[in-house]
Amino acid sequence: MENKKTENGSTNRRKFLKLGLMSSVTAVTGASIISTFANEDETKPSGEKMRLLTPDGKIVEVDASNVNKYPEALITPEESRKGIPNRKFVMVIDLAKCKNARKCVEGCQKAHNLDYNEEFMKVQLIQDNPEASPYWLPKPCFHCDEPPCVTVCPTGATFKREDNIVLVDNDRCIGCKFCITSCPYSARQFNWGHKDKFDDKSQPYSPETSVPAAEGTVMKCDFCPDMLRQGKLPHCASSCPMGVIYFGDKNEDIVTNGEETVRFSKLIEDRGGYRHLEHLGTKPNVYYLPAVNRQFPLERGFNVDEDIIERYKDVPYVQELKKDGKI
Amino acid sequence: MNLENRKRELVKEFSPMLEKTTKVSKIWMGILVAVILVGIYAFFLQLFKGHEVTGMRDNVVWGVYIINFIFFVCLSYSGAFISGILHFFKTPWKNSVSRIVEIITVLSLIIGPIFILLCIGRLDRLHYLFLYPRIQSPITWDIIAIMTDLVGCFIYLYLTFIPDLAILRDNSENAPKWRQKLYKFLAIGYQDTTEQRETLHKITKTMSAMIIALAIVAYSVLAWIFSLTLQPGWNSSIFAPYFIIAGLYSGVSVIIVAMFLIRKYYHLEHYIRKVHFVSGGIILLIISLLYGYFTFSEYFSRWFSHKIQDTNLLNTLFTRYFWQFVLANYVGVLVPVVILFFKKFRTIKSITFASVIAILGLWLNRYLIVVPTLETPYLPIQDTRPEFIHYTATWVEWALSFTGVAAFILFFILIMKLVPVIPMSGIIDQEREALDKKGKTNQTITE
Repeated sequence: MENKKTENGSTNRRKFLKLGLMSSVTAVTGASIISTFANEDETKPSGEKMRLLTPDGKIVEVDASNVNKYPEALITPEESRKGIPNRKFVMVIDLAKCKNARKCVEGCQKAHNLDYNEEFMKVQLIQDNPEASPYWLPKPCFHCDEPPCVTVCPTGATFKREDNIVLVDNDRCIGCKFCITSCPYSARQFNWGHKDKFDDKSQPYSPETSVPAAEGTVMKCDFCPDMLRQGKLPHCASSCPMGVIYFGDKNEDIVTNGEETVRFSKLIEDRGGYRHLEHLGTKPNVYYLPAVNRQFPLERGFNVDEDIIERYKDVPYVQELKKDGKI
Repeated sequence: MNLENRKRELVKEFSPMLEKTTKVSKIWMGILVAVILVGIYAFFLQLFKGHEVTGMRDNVVWGVYIINFIFFVCLSYSGAFISGILHFFKTPWKNSVSRIVEIITVLSLIIGPIFILLCIGRLDRLHYLFLYPRIQSPITWDIIAIMTDLVGCFIYLYLTFIPDLAILRDNSENAPKWRQKLYKFLAIGYQDTTEQRETLHKITKTMSAMIIALAIVAYSVLAWIFSLTLQPGWNSSIFAPYFIIAGLYSGVSVIIVAMFLIRKYYHLEHYIRKVHFVSGGIILLIISLLYGYFTFSEYFSRWFSHKIQDTNLLNTLFTRYFWQFVLANYVGVLVPVVILFFKKFRTIKSITFASVIAILGLWLNRYLIVVPTLETPYLPIQDTRPEFIHYTATWVEWALSFTGVAAFILFFILIMKLVPVIPMSGIIDQEREALDKKGKTNQTITE
């Protein structure tokens, strides 16, 4: 199994490239083909054929109507527990490139139908010590390999999938909030009251999209499995103008930010990649590249709404800036 | 028989407590019911408008509710613990307090879990806990522990009630019909024969030992809900024993306050004497020293090793929560210690005062364990909405908290109307033993 993986490494890499960059319909993941076939009897063949690349490198022809149907296919809460086969998703965030443009936050909010203050992806300003240079820290859910949130859930509403993703099934969640207290990264949010958008049932609920949310339940960053199934990048990665966020598959040892595609292991090795609060033993699947040789001065990040700047008022650096009258 | 007459006398003595309701107690019950009604309104408000009506938000997701939950459940466990010990070791002066302890145990075990239900966002899905149970989760352990404990305590309380119910059944010809029927049903044919008495005594003793073990398990599981997480203020190996001591601290204090109030309003000076307060006070002194020691070790090790997250937590505690910290962990420990340490301070009133301070201090101590920790997560809270940064309980939460206390007192009063708060059977047992002893000594003398 292990050997086979390395042999197929190059073809797989090429495949992921196609998936991620061009999001072309001519290449679909194995999972999508299987479920396309499963749906076959429901659709009338259009007569138009398409050539697809299967996971084992063969070209097959399928009816075009089946392929197009795929993105709308609903992944039910039950199916969403399995995960996409043979994938180990991983994210790398290059802190040297982040200038707090907040496009990742906005892209995510739009895709998940979130309000202004509801953020699955947060951008924090971190200053590790008073002498240290502060940096912008985009913070999604870390999709840990030892997720404390999953361990403590009394109903199995939050679960870890084989493809590394940790999801919340808000049909199952009883709202005890134990997962929120046990997450050391404050990655989870709670729906405290009722909102009109919860009643919008035009899109059937799936833990893979986290839409629509439900009152009295927990929600969080989901790594956008619906996009991954279509071979696209998560919304945060695709909306970042700086290419800060790399996303990919650890099995294939490849990550991409939509512009460049690199070997995951080499990127971590060369750039000193690390995981946040490693000592807690949660084994996150989000890696950070330290903020060295930065592309933008930190101040560029203050070009945002007043109330967002206000968030960072406790950071020593910001207090100094304020003292000097720069903000 | 001498003892049969004595039983009749005792029923006569206690029946005004059971049957007559004075004006003062009617007013009190009215006030309690009013508080509960406000609480019910608050509950429905929360049910229909969602948890938005509380002060809890994404960082501080557990507030006053969980603190009340710990407080009441710990109270119950300590009640079980103390009551078990009183029974198991046949403590000489136990009779007058044992029933008070048992009632406290059962009532707080009913009220406590209601507070955890208030924390739950989707009460309509509560049955998922049983449909999709996950044994890995400490919450599941807690549910199992609480339910087992509840059943155990009910059985135990009922066992201790049986002899009194039998006495009441045999001696309440003048009482209303429904009362006679109720007593007859509940006494399950207990006739106080020597054989029955011995069997019941054996069962109660076994049960009391089991209750002690159960209480220790349940305490630990409750503490683990906090200490098994990674949160800086919670992830502590001494939390389980700390919770046991803290629970006993509040437990003994509540018993003393209850003794004081019952003694005063029901004029039971003959049964609840100074010796009870002094003995309770000495136990409270020992526990308060232990509790102070645990509190000190907990914060001292955090302060001395000063890991960054611990330092942040202590900064929060010593700035924003400075006065609460002083009240909870200095005043709440030292004042009871000083009062109880010196013999001349040990009067009924001052011991009760020390207990009140201990209860309030302990509640505040629990608040300081829950809220500041959640306000100081690993990654700093960067938010502009004040309610997301700091927790302040809303009127809904306070109303429901006071409802818990009011319900506790109200049910206490109602149970005292069903059976006398001083176990009559205990008095009879004591007198029987005294008679037997006398008989024996007489026998030896004649021989």
